[in-house]
Amino acid sequence: MPNTTANNFDDWLDLYAQRASKLSVSEVRALFAVVSRPEVVSLAGGMPYVHALPKDTIEKSFKKLMSDRGDLAIQYSGGQGDLTLRDQVRELMALEGIKSSVEDIVMTTGSQHGLDLISGLFLERGDVVLAEGPSYVGAIGIFRHYEAHIEHVETDHDGLQPEALEEAIKRLKAQGRKIKFLYLVPNFANPSGVTLAAKRRARIIELCRKNHILVLEDNPYGLLYFDKKVPNALRSMDDNVIYLGSFSKILAPGFRVGYVLCPPAIREKLVLAQESAILCPSAFSQMLISEYLAESDWQGQIETFRGVYRERRDAALAAMKEYLPKLSTTRPDGGFYLWITLPDGIDSKAMLPLAVKELVAYTPGTAFYGDGTGQNKLRICYSFPTPDNIKVGIKRLSNVINLQTELLDTFAKKGTKK
Amino acid sequence: MIPKSKIANKLKVQILAGGISHEREISLKSARRVADALTEAGATVVIREPDGNLLTNIKKDKPDVLWPVLHGASGEDGALRDILALTGVPFVGATPKGARLAWDKTIAKIIVERSGIQTPLSITLPKETFRELDADGVLKAVGSALALPLVVKPARGGSAQGVTIVKKAEQLSHAMIDAYVYCDVAIIERCIEGTELAISVIDLGAGPIALPAVEIVPATGHFGYQERYTAGETSYFVPARVSKTVAEKAAKLAIQAHEALGLRHLSRVDLIVDAKGIPWFLEANVVPGLTETSLVPQAIIAAGHSLSQVYLELVQAAVRGRG
Repeated sequence: MPNTTANNFDDWLDLYAQRASKLSVSEVRALFAVVSRPEVVSLAGGMPYVHALPKDTIEKSFKKLMSDRGDLAIQYSGGQGDLTLRDQVRELMALEGIKSSVEDIVMTTGSQHGLDLISGLFLERGDVVLAEGPSYVGAIGIFRHYEAHIEHVETDHDGLQPEALEEAIKRLKAQGRKIKFLYLVPNFANPSGVTLAAKRRARIIELCRKNHILVLEDNPYGLLYFDKKVPNALRSMDDNVIYLGSFSKILAPGFRVGYVLCPPAIREKLVLAQESAILCPSAFSQMLISEYLAESDWQGQIETFRGVYRERRDAALAAMKEYLPKLSTTRPDGGFYLWITLPDGIDSKAMLPLAVKELVAYTPGTAFYGDGTGQNKLRICYSFPTPDNIKVGIKRLSNVINLQTELLDTFAKKGTKK
Repeated sequence: MIPKSKIANKLKVQILAGGISHEREISLKSARRVADALTEAGATVVIREPDGNLLTNIKKDKPDVLWPVLHGASGEDGALRDILALTGVPFVGATPKGARLAWDKTIAKIIVERSGIQTPLSITLPKETFRELDADGVLKAVGSALALPLVVKPARGGSAQGVTIVKKAEQLSHAMIDAYVYCDVAIIERCIEGTELAISVIDLGAGPIALPAVEIVPATGHFGYQERYTAGETSYFVPARVSKTVAEKAAKLAIQAHEALGLRHLSRVDLIVDAKGIPWFLEANVVPGLTETSLVPQAIIAAGHSLSQVYLELVQAAVRGRG
C-alpha cells in the first residue's frame, strides 16, 4: 500500500487567522455566475442603471482633469481624501440636513471600505452589533469577519422598531454583552426597501446615546426617493453618529468612492487606519468625481435616476400583482429593492437552483441575516433590468414558486393519494 | 506512458466554457486553467461562450480544434457535441452518443452493470412519480428496500450539487426536494461505505489508460460542493492508499466503464472501494473539472506528466481523429 502524503491544496492551513476559517466557497455564489448570461433575468445584484448616466459629460470631466491636473490625479494623495471633493460632499450631505466640516469627512474606497475601517477600529471577537432584521449583506460580511455577534432588531414598514431595540439592549446588557454599534440603513433599506420613520429616529438616537452605543448610519439610497424627500439624516440630530455615504448609487460604483463623517476623535484614528491599510483612496477617482460635480447638472442626473427607478419599481409591483398576487411585498418609495415573503415552508436558498434553471435570479433571504433566518424571504432588485425584463423575471419567478410549492406539497401529503 | 508529441505545437484551440448551468463558474475556472496549460505548450487559445455566436465564432476563429469545457447539460448531454460535429472541426472529449450515455447517471449505471461492473443498488424516480403516487408510502418502501444510509442525487448534473447523504428515514423527503430543484429525476442509491476514489482515464489513440487513483478524504466526511472547491477542506492522496490489487481492480473498472460508455480522450470515473476491497462504480464524467483543486490534474501530475503536455496531446489526438 503506498505511503502517500495528503495534499489539501493549502499548505498554510495552520497559519491562517481563526477568522479566515469562515471563508469558504459558496454554492449560492457559484449559482450567481449565470447572471452574466443575457438569457437570465437577474433580479439579484444591487446594480445601479449606469446606462442612464451622461457618459459624454463624464468623458469631458475626464479630459479636463487629465489636461489641467493629470499629474496630481495619478499621484499618491492624502489619506483623508481630496479637500475639494470633501467640500462638495459637505454640500451633498446638507441636502439631508447634515451640518459638517470638511475636517470631519474622510473619503474612502466606497462606503464599504469605510465600514470595514470603522469595524476594525471598534470590533473585537464577541462584541455585539445591533442591526435591522434583515440587514445589508455586505455589512454582515464585515461584522462576521471581525467575529462580532450580530443581533437583529425587528423592523416593520416604518423601519427599525425602537421598542424592539430597547428590549434587545436591555436583554444583551443583562447578559453582560458588550454592544458596540447600531448599524442601520435608514432610507430605502437594503434589502427591505423600507424607510425609518422620522418620529422613530429621535427615539433611536436617544436610546443609543443613553446606552453608549455608536450609531452607524449607512445611507447610499437617501437621495433616490421617488416622490417625497426622506426625513433628515440621523446624523443631523446627533454629531456622534457615524455617517457613511457613497457615490456608487448616485453616480457609479466603478469609481469606488465613498465617505465617512464622524466625530473628530474617531476621524483621527480612521485616517490613520486608512493610511495604514491603503495609504490613500484613489486620487484619480476622487478628482474625476469632483470635476463631474463641479461641471455637470448632477442634481438633474439624480432626478433622472429617480425617474428610471420609479418606473422600474412600478413595473416590479405591477408584475407582482399580476403573477404573484398572494405574496406580500414591501412597497419602497425609493431605492432599489422589494422584499418578498414566500409561502410557508419555501426556502428561497434551496429554491435558487430551480430559479436558475428557469433563467431568473434573486437573492435568498438568509443572506441578509447573520443568524441563518430569513428562509422564506427573498430580495428582488429592480434597478438594473428594464421594465419589460422585470416583468419577464417576475413571471418566471412565479413559475419557480409554483413548481417549488407543488414539490413541497407532494412530499408534505404523507400517506394520502392524490 | 503517454507518448511525446509529434505534431507541431502551434495549434489554434477554441475552448468553449461558461454556459447556462449550475456549474458555470467551475466551467470558466477549468477553462482558464486549460488555456494556461495549452498556451504554455505553445498553442494559441481563445475561450468562447457557447451562445448565439457559437457558429459565427467558430467560423471567425477558424480553430484547429474545439475543447468543450462545459459542465452541466449544455456541455455534457450530447446536444452541443452534435452541433460541434456538424461544423467539421474536431473536438476534445466524448462523442455525442458517449456523452448522452454518461450524462444520465441511471443509464450509465445500467450500461456499466451490463458490462459486469458492480454499481450500488438504486432506484430512479422522476418527480412525477411522487405526484401520482403516495409519496410517503413510496419513500418508506424505497428506504426499506435499499436500507439506510442512502445517497440521493440528481440523475443529471455534477459538482455534488443537490446531493444528500441520508442517514435517517425522516431526512429522505427533504433530500428528494433538494435533488429535484436541480433535476426532474433523482436517484436514490444505497450508500456504500468505504474509500472514495476518482480515476482519470486518458486515451490518446493507443487505447485508454488509467492514471493513478485519487483518494478523497473530505474533512466533513461528505465531498460536497464546498469541500470540492475550497482549498484545505479536503485531503487528497495520490496514489490512493489502497493495496496494489485493489488499485489494479479499480483501474480496470475505470477503463472498462470508459469503454462500455463509448467515451473518448478523457473521462473521470468515480467509485467507492468497500471494506472487502470491491470497487463500486458511481458515475463517469465526460467533462471532469480541471480547476486547480480538481481531480484529473492531480492524477496527471502524480503520473509524472505535465498538464501542458497532456492537454496538448489530447488536442492533438482530437485533430488526428483518434482516441
